[in-house]
Amino acid sequence: MEPDEHLFRHEYGRLVASLTRIFGVHNLDLVEDVVQDAFVRALEVWKFRGMPENPSAWLMATAKNRALDALRRQRTARKFAPELERQLESDWALAATVEALLQPSEIRDDLLRMMFSCCHPALAENAQIALILHILCGFNVGEVASVFVCNPDAMHKRIQRAKQALAGSKTLFDTRTPREFEARLPTVRRALYLLFNEGYHGASPIAAVKSELCHEAIRLVALLVGHPQGGTPATQALAALMCLHAARLPARVDGAGDLIVLADQDPARWDRELIGRGLRLLQSSAAGSELSEYHLEAGIALEHARAERPEQTDWQAIVRLYDMLLLRRPSPIVGLNRAIAIGERDGPDAGLHALHALEGREQLAAYPFYPAALGEFEYRRRQSGRAREHFQAALALARNPMERRYLARRLSACEEDRHGPDKGGTDVILGLSPAAAESAPAGDAVPSSREAAPCGEPHPYQRMWRETLEKLEDAIKYLS
Amino acid sequence: MSDFAFVYRGWDTPASPEELQKTVDLWRAWFEELEQQGHLKDPGLPLDKSGNVVKGAKKLVSDGPFAEAKDVVGGFTLITAADLRQATELAKSCPILGAGGSVEVRPVLPFEM
Repeated sequence: MEPDEHLFRHEYGRLVASLTRIFGVHNLDLVEDVVQDAFVRALEVWKFRGMPENPSAWLMATAKNRALDALRRQRTARKFAPELERQLESDWALAATVEALLQPSEIRDDLLRMMFSCCHPALAENAQIALILHILCGFNVGEVASVFVCNPDAMHKRIQRAKQALAGSKTLFDTRTPREFEARLPTVRRALYLLFNEGYHGASPIAAVKSELCHEAIRLVALLVGHPQGGTPATQALAALMCLHAARLPARVDGAGDLIVLADQDPARWDRELIGRGLRLLQSSAAGSELSEYHLEAGIALEHARAERPEQTDWQAIVRLYDMLLLRRPSPIVGLNRAIAIGERDGPDAGLHALHALEGREQLAAYPFYPAALGEFEYRRRQSGRAREHFQAALALARNPMERRYLARRLSACEEDRHGPDKGGTDVILGLSPAAAESAPAGDAVPSSREAAPCGEPHPYQRMWRETLEKLEDAIKYLS
Repeated sequence: MSDFAFVYRGWDTPASPEELQKTVDLWRAWFEELEQQGHLKDPGLPLDKSGNVVKGAKKLVSDGPFAEAKDVVGGFTLITAADLRQATELAKSCPILGAGGSVEVRPVLPFEM
């Protein structure tokens, strides 16, 4: 088995999720201490003796012993999980209960239970993601703060408040009640979607952090896909879109840590295995009658993955998918992407027209890629002066050194423009920035295409979807 | 060649699981290097920070901590080196130094004279 380079982070999530079931959600801090304690022991022993054969089992056994100690020590002072109160009373029953609950076979359910609990409806979406990163992905407060590029003290407060909200719900979310599961599922999907976006488009300047967030989202969504009630077509489509986008990550940053836009990426560096996984997921997601916004976004990602060279991209298909996405989720970011796609399809004049007509563009006032897109299209119509102004505006909004360097390069391209524009390009800015997400409606409850088309005339969604599917099949043929 | 003991004292606990991972990796790489160069006689053992002290003829028992955190012995390793100078040079690449700890380098008194 290949060693997990994030073993401790992953085990942290598993152990905290499992132990919280025993200690109760109000004792999360104690659980974190117990796990931390087990980890420090592992560190000391492994330093000298090397890694054991099965590090996960080692950590689980150590955590179990630390947990038993803590449970015995604090039994009189604290209340633990209310549903286990009786079992934890006697010493013998306590050991047996802990043993039974800490079986490896329980881990998946424990993680899902915690995932659903973190998506507490009383929490803002940003707080849900912070909590997931902290509890399930094992990021400490400082690391979560650096993901969101915010002050660690502020993040500490945000996470503490989120934990209090969790504690207030008394017990962990019960994933065995189908109705509640179904009701919270869209929120969970959305949180994972935003987690992925934070990695793909977020403000964090560190390529390694970005790719880690994306892979965490993929790891968590896989749990959901594997759950009988969680693995609905929308979940599969979400997982597909993550895989198809994450496949491009290795090609998106060069050796110096600089951003490479889509047009300049080398498809040979795309992760074929992830593309294959994405395609298989997308194919199974097409089984039902449900067409979620994740299907549409996965369709867009599919179009990009299908193009062997950037100039072969089917921008017509992409514009249409954005049109449909905009109907589902009217947001300036989706509109911005649609405008960029129009510019790619019909030329820079059309792109500029769409950008200027963009509804809600004032909400993008702090987003560097709106002026960057304006600059790009002005540059392509050889309006270097205007392009320069836009790139300067974008540069002033850049959120990290990577964006700053990219925009500075575009700016100097305008200044050197003596022999006509070079290729340049816009990257597809799928999804929502977290700031925009705050105001967007939560959930992805969308009418199924069957509901949307009650009479004989096939609904445009259905036709669109069929076409995407056909392309999907072609793509599978091409890629396999 | 002579034997030396590296006695490790006091270090900061890593702040996150990811830091922990990095620390384990650093130590493994360090031990591997010592071994490849033929300096590692015995990786030694880690010691828990808790415990008791028994002192004097009256056998007084007190529990830890025995000293300030920075002075607590956390483990030891046996090293083979040409002389104290070389052993000290080897100790300079110990990962503990990056984590606020120290390595005491002590010659082991030989049995054979």
